[in-house]
Amino acid sequence: MNPGRSIILGRIREALRNNPAPRPHTAHSQAEASSENHGHAQRQWLPKVGETLPERIDLFAKISEGLKTEFHRVPTIAAARDLLKQLAAEEGWKKIASHSHHDTDALLEGIGLPVVRTDKGYAIDDLESCDAGVTGCEVLVAQTGGIMVSVESAGGRALSVLPPHHVVIARTDQMVADLTAAFNHVKRAYGKQFPSFMSFITGPSRTGDIERILVLGAHGPKRLTVLLVD
Amino acid sequence: MATQASDFQTLSRRYTADKPFRAFIQKALGGYYKKRDENKANFQDWQGARDLAAETKYEAVNHLDSYLLEFEAKITARGAKVFWAPNAEAAREYILKVAKENGVRSIIKSKTMTSEEIHLNDALEKQGYGVFESDLGEYIVQLRKEAPFHLVFPAMHLTRRQISDLFQKELGSQATDEPEELTMIARDVMRRKYCEADMGISGTNFAVAETGMISITENEGNARLTTSLPKIHIALLGIEKVLPKLEDLSLFLPMLATAGAGQTMTCYNTLYAGPRQPGEPDGPEQMHIVLLDNRRTELLADAEQRDALGCIRCGACLNVCPIFKNVGGYSYGTTYGGPIGSVITPHLRGLKDWKHLSAASSLCGACTEACPVKIDLHHHLLQNRRNGAKASPSPAEKLAFGGFSLLMGHPALYRLAVVLGRIFQPLQVLVNGTILDPLRAWTGSRNFPTLAPKSFHEEWKKERGGHK
Repeated sequence: MNPGRSIILGRIREALRNNPAPRPHTAHSQAEASSENHGHAQRQWLPKVGETLPERIDLFAKISEGLKTEFHRVPTIAAARDLLKQLAAEEGWKKIASHSHHDTDALLEGIGLPVVRTDKGYAIDDLESCDAGVTGCEVLVAQTGGIMVSVESAGGRALSVLPPHHVVIARTDQMVADLTAAFNHVKRAYGKQFPSFMSFITGPSRTGDIERILVLGAHGPKRLTVLLVD
Repeated sequence: MATQASDFQTLSRRYTADKPFRAFIQKALGGYYKKRDENKANFQDWQGARDLAAETKYEAVNHLDSYLLEFEAKITARGAKVFWAPNAEAAREYILKVAKENGVRSIIKSKTMTSEEIHLNDALEKQGYGVFESDLGEYIVQLRKEAPFHLVFPAMHLTRRQISDLFQKELGSQATDEPEELTMIARDVMRRKYCEADMGISGTNFAVAETGMISITENEGNARLTTSLPKIHIALLGIEKVLPKLEDLSLFLPMLATAGAGQTMTCYNTLYAGPRQPGEPDGPEQMHIVLLDNRRTELLADAEQRDALGCIRCGACLNVCPIFKNVGGYSYGTTYGGPIGSVITPHLRGLKDWKHLSAASSLCGACTEACPVKIDLHHHLLQNRRNGAKASPSPAEKLAFGGFSLLMGHPALYRLAVVLGRIFQPLQVLVNGTILDPLRAWTGSRNFPTLAPKSFHEEWKKERGGHK
């Protein structure tokens, strides 16, 4: 065992021993921050989210627009497939990547393009040369316009970030209010065996590093499309 | 002899004299203010959110040992290795050891200020490793062999023309005035690097004790690629970054985005719970967490300023600071610039060499107001001034305040001084601000107020005399 551990822990305990820091100047009680009702305490300050599904979908759509996420509501999987075929024609896709998952399998049925599936491992160059990555997701987050993906729901770590166009398929029952609801979802779904990777994706990859001017597609996808099936 | 303080003076004079540069920085920040305010307004109560964030950090920092142990136990159970590094040298040596043992050749990095703090790139390059910064801004300053200008916007001081010239010279690309084309040039270069690299090094924005995860916030996707493709992932983690619960992120992720860059959410907020697990298709075989103290515990021991460990490195205090906006990031000579850097650097690197930074403040309090976790920044700057004066008193200051107290305590002396002042002030005006002026430290850049023809005492006496 490296000696650094006991050195650092010793320093921390020494620093904290009989040496209380003044409490922060806040209008709220300590009980609030440490209460079991943690999520509730946050919800009264964070941006407001509507109670009903239509309100949440509207909020998600509104934020998506600002983020340049291309958000489409479609009545059926078949309609989603038609939209995907349009995108494929528009951008001239030659090869796409995806993973085995009930929604993606249904979406890609008869798509007429070679599909690299990442579930059982893949060659990086093979994935890198795909024109689009098609994935499922854990949940959509109304409050932030975010898409939560994980190893399980998005075919690993790289599928949703390496190809230049990321297409997400989701169902309306996957729309949740906020980040806390998303965390509750993964805790319920995985218990303590979390996937090793989970990410909130909020818009296509972007940078403002040159004169603070927004450019999409810095290293990740230049386009992000969300297909929400009713 | 050049000292840190004299370097600061030289550089800050140079930058403040450069009006086009200052205008450029102001313009770059203009868009940020607007978007930050819009996003703050979306919160039901931004002040309430700040209070809760401050309380959460208070809890975490004041029970740091137990949260770090919980984090370590949970992430170790997932197969990650946690290395506790008391100082920069230990951290560098560990990373070099991992690289050597695994026959690493090429290293890709995503943005990490902690690696700047421990001068990791130098150490790796000296051992012959190719190290590539993948964040666009970091890549640009790496090519220029410069340090980042700002915690969050590393290359904000450069114009597109300068960047185009740099890419032409270093990468042989075509000249262009389009930020988009410049970004795509870097994207293409980096794509190859991600695929070839066998080690990825990242920073960490938050560590979650409850679930044993680290959280990385970024816009470009470079950190996600850095932590997905290479077979080894090393994450640098300052000991202060641990949060108690997963749900704490529901508050901190949107606040970091809003305070840091005026966004609703940063593009990618990614949680990592260990290396690739059995049955997962990709991800690194090894994940190492380098938990860094490097004198953070000195700051922890200072109860008065302990809240500075709550810093989430959003850079909001830099963006509003009238000093930062005028002297720029390079004048400070520190890894962490702006108000937060001026507060913590004396703890991290020694009060004696860095106490002058406490004077680089107008004490206006804009930083304190901007801070999403309510660090009492401008009062800490005052405390550092006090501590600095206590540790190494200045004889001239002592003399000045001794003289002042003598005058104020003796009315006769005070009256004499006023009379003498009226006689000598016209002489001072002749040399005002020049090298002959004894008051030059003040008058070099300001006017010394003229003594009134009649003092308040004299006026009072006259008035009261009249009524009698």
